[in-house]
Amino acid sequence: MTDPAEAYEVVIGLEVHAQLRTRSKMFCGCPTAFGAPPNSQTCPVCQGMPGSLPVINRRAIEFGVRTALAFHCRVNERSRFARKHYYYPDMPKNYQISQYEEPLAEDGWLELPADGQPRRIAIQRLHLEEDVGKLIHEGPLETAHASLVDFNRSGVPLMETVSRPDIRSPEEAAAYLRAFRAILLYLGVCDGNMEEGSLRCDANISLRKRGSSELGTKVEIKNMNSFKNVQRALEFEVRRQGEALHRRERIVQETRLWDAERGATRSMRSKEFAHDYRYFPEPDLVPLELGRAWVEEVRTGLPELPAERRRRFLSQYDLPPSDAELLTQNRALADYYEETVRRAQKPKVVANWITSEFLRKVPGDDETKIAAAPTRPEHLAGLLLLIEDGTISGKIAKDVFEKMFRSGEDAATIVRREGLTQVADTTALAAVVDQVLAANPKAVADWKRGKKAAAGALVGQVMKATQGKANPGVVNSLLHEKLSQL
Amino acid sequence: MVVTGLAVHELVETYRNGEATPSAATRAYLDRIAAVDPSVRAYITVTPERALAAAEAADARWRAGRPRSPIDGVPIAVKDLLCTKGVRTTCGSRILEHFVPPYDATVIERLEAAGAVLLGKTNMDEFAMGSSTEHSAFFATRNPWDLARVPGGSSGGSGAAVAADLAAAALGSDTGGSIRQPAAFTGTVGLKPTYGRVSRYGLVAFASSLDQIGPFARDVTDAALVLRVIAGRDPLDSTSVDVPVPDFVAELGRPIEGLRIGVPREYFVEGMDPEVEAAVREAIEVLKRLGGRAEPISLPTTDYALAAYYLVAPAEASSNLARYDGVKYGSRAAGARDVIDMYSKTRAQGFGPEVKRRIMLGTYALAAGYYEAYYGKAQKVRTLVRRDFDAAFARVDVIVAPTTPNVPFKLGEKEDPLAMYLNDVFTIPVNLAGLPGISVRCGFSLAALPIGLQFIGRPFDEATLLRAAHAYEQATGWQKRRPPLS
Repeated sequence: MTDPAEAYEVVIGLEVHAQLRTRSKMFCGCPTAFGAPPNSQTCPVCQGMPGSLPVINRRAIEFGVRTALAFHCRVNERSRFARKHYYYPDMPKNYQISQYEEPLAEDGWLELPADGQPRRIAIQRLHLEEDVGKLIHEGPLETAHASLVDFNRSGVPLMETVSRPDIRSPEEAAAYLRAFRAILLYLGVCDGNMEEGSLRCDANISLRKRGSSELGTKVEIKNMNSFKNVQRALEFEVRRQGEALHRRERIVQETRLWDAERGATRSMRSKEFAHDYRYFPEPDLVPLELGRAWVEEVRTGLPELPAERRRRFLSQYDLPPSDAELLTQNRALADYYEETVRRAQKPKVVANWITSEFLRKVPGDDETKIAAAPTRPEHLAGLLLLIEDGTISGKIAKDVFEKMFRSGEDAATIVRREGLTQVADTTALAAVVDQVLAANPKAVADWKRGKKAAAGALVGQVMKATQGKANPGVVNSLLHEKLSQL
Repeated sequence: MVVTGLAVHELVETYRNGEATPSAATRAYLDRIAAVDPSVRAYITVTPERALAAAEAADARWRAGRPRSPIDGVPIAVKDLLCTKGVRTTCGSRILEHFVPPYDATVIERLEAAGAVLLGKTNMDEFAMGSSTEHSAFFATRNPWDLARVPGGSSGGSGAAVAADLAAAALGSDTGGSIRQPAAFTGTVGLKPTYGRVSRYGLVAFASSLDQIGPFARDVTDAALVLRVIAGRDPLDSTSVDVPVPDFVAELGRPIEGLRIGVPREYFVEGMDPEVEAAVREAIEVLKRLGGRAEPISLPTTDYALAAYYLVAPAEASSNLARYDGVKYGSRAAGARDVIDMYSKTRAQGFGPEVKRRIMLGTYALAAGYYEAYYGKAQKVRTLVRRDFDAAFARVDVIVAPTTPNVPFKLGEKEDPLAMYLNDVFTIPVNLAGLPGISVRCGFSLAALPIGLQFIGRPFDEATLLRAAHAYEQATGWQKRRPPLS
């Protein structure tokens, strides 16, 4: 059988729902904080009580506009909310206030980092809506004797961004999501946590014969709760559809659920999703009219975004692209890097320390943990300066870093207290070198026979004898001096 | 002196000069309700404890010479679709039979802040759908002028309460005539303010883009007093408009000399009750004698208004009523197999036939494939209706017309829904255009049934509307006649 990937081109479009980090909900004043006791953050509006009315959260609009501008979208001067109807117990009004014909913003693009020419994925639209509540079933869904509803999440602002079908592989879908998430984090509009549901993604995927310009029948995939799962689900779907097409079967337009445990998508009965949403303009809200001046004000307030910052890191710090991408994945990490460089200089050394040591301790995609890391940029810079001036060795520095991270102390304090200062005193080291040479006649003999590698073992012995505190450069030159005199 | 026979402005005079007190008046009303309401059946719920407590507080303020407002201590009834914290709010429906709101509607807060005494909640057609109050799920209300006849609807309970001296004034709501038509049928003054003049927060929605709350009163002065209290921008209702609320009462005295009065040709139609036409034409003569300049005008889209209304209103209703599903509040049917079964049983048992009819109409009008043909087209008609009025108001200051084509009919007389809908043919265009309208008594039929005269005004120009209605009322004295109740 031919590889479907060879015969077919993959066409993917993504719909991403992001919970906005506003303090209050989309249409009422209730707090949005996660983890409160059930229904403790609710009011008549987000419970859909008779007679209650929505009021638009200005901050949510600002967040939406900020994101739309970062995605190079056209922000519509006039947009409207609309009601989307379907019955589900987690949705108190049995309609969701969303946007339909007149969304907040349209026609933008998102740039993906690439080694050569950066890829641009077109964004069709960006709109705002309200989240639904959460059902808690007593037992498995099919046999539950009761279901409870928690409306704390009901009314939390959601931003939906729909890409055009420009994505050409599952890996590219994952790259789109990473770039998407990075922008939201830079803008501070979403915490980006996929496992907690702050960021949710549905995918549309179809295959077509290479060279064809017509779109194939698309399948919608839901229930993917991590970037990795999005990629795996799409990979599965590429195989499934490719094999089906190869067998000359017709692809059914349907919604499929990703089952991460089985590593497969399965068809939802089409009835479950045969909705007529009966959209119509929300009569309880007046059309949203955004002044051009206000939109420009939001634009002026935009921070430097990941793509720009990545480019700057390449030119200003002369970093390799992989480092630049890793370090600019979110604002907190990039700020951390730049602050450390400002104090310690040596951009590449700082990059190495952050990408290897620091990110071993702190997940690079978690801004909160980066911001809360006990080792601050000034601590890391202090450590690097101690290496630079020869006070400690690079090897010792790694241990000091461990200790700094545990205690939050600065490097100098730890080095002083624990006597980790590198021994560079020639007289003191000469005595140790003499002892080592005397204790290792075989290695000395090897060296004399021309096995120069034996010197390495002798250096190691000296370092061991000084508990790593010896300055390796000094040890090396002393050793060679003594050996050649023997 | 019988305090229950007094208008609001007369009643507060007795408070001021010490002839009566709010609690004495409240007790008198409660006594009269106990005696008379069993035959009128205006109230669904009477709240004596709450009323007397509020009245005693008002007593103290009047004693201290510091009333909160010109309606402090005035006993008022409210339609049972205005949310009252701690007092059940049924909307005339089984599905909300035991619903006790956890919050007050904005108009309730404003009435209470002004010191008004809430006597109870009045009967209505279920979810305000009807023109006779026969569609209440609980019982029909009778017309105080003839107990065999309907009081109109849907705010029939409020109209009957004011007509039968069971409240000094009342609040109703008007979506297609639900204040003005029962005002005409009960011979009271009924004012529908401009859409956006009074907050809808806490008004259980029927059709959000049409609903407005307004007063029922014995005379125009009282209507002006109550409107002043409830009107004004409310941050909880995005469709409420921030325009100044004038002192309507102070404006009443100004003469109507030179006022241009439009008489729309399309409001005098074939088949209307000749007694109604005669009374309205005579009223126009009275206005002319007062210095008004009557001129014929045309509102050519009048014929299409009813049809447009019966698409827009049911469409919005089908959406607004989706929330009554048995999940959160209100009644839930027993014995359901699953959640879908719970929805259908709850709604099948909880809603009456007229409500179901309109939900079905509205669901159909919004369905995919029909939206443009029905809802979309109806919205266009609505724009044309508004333009008709705009053109008319370029030439005239106020429009006069009959409120209804006929006098009150007998209970059970209009079983055909279409015949019932035709009752609102003169009131509906005003809602579609969002204009203010008022109905005042303009005489009696040979059978001693009241006839209503409607004034229609420019948006937010209730002042002119009230001034014209007041001038007419003062010149005729029709409001002095009381219904023949024991």
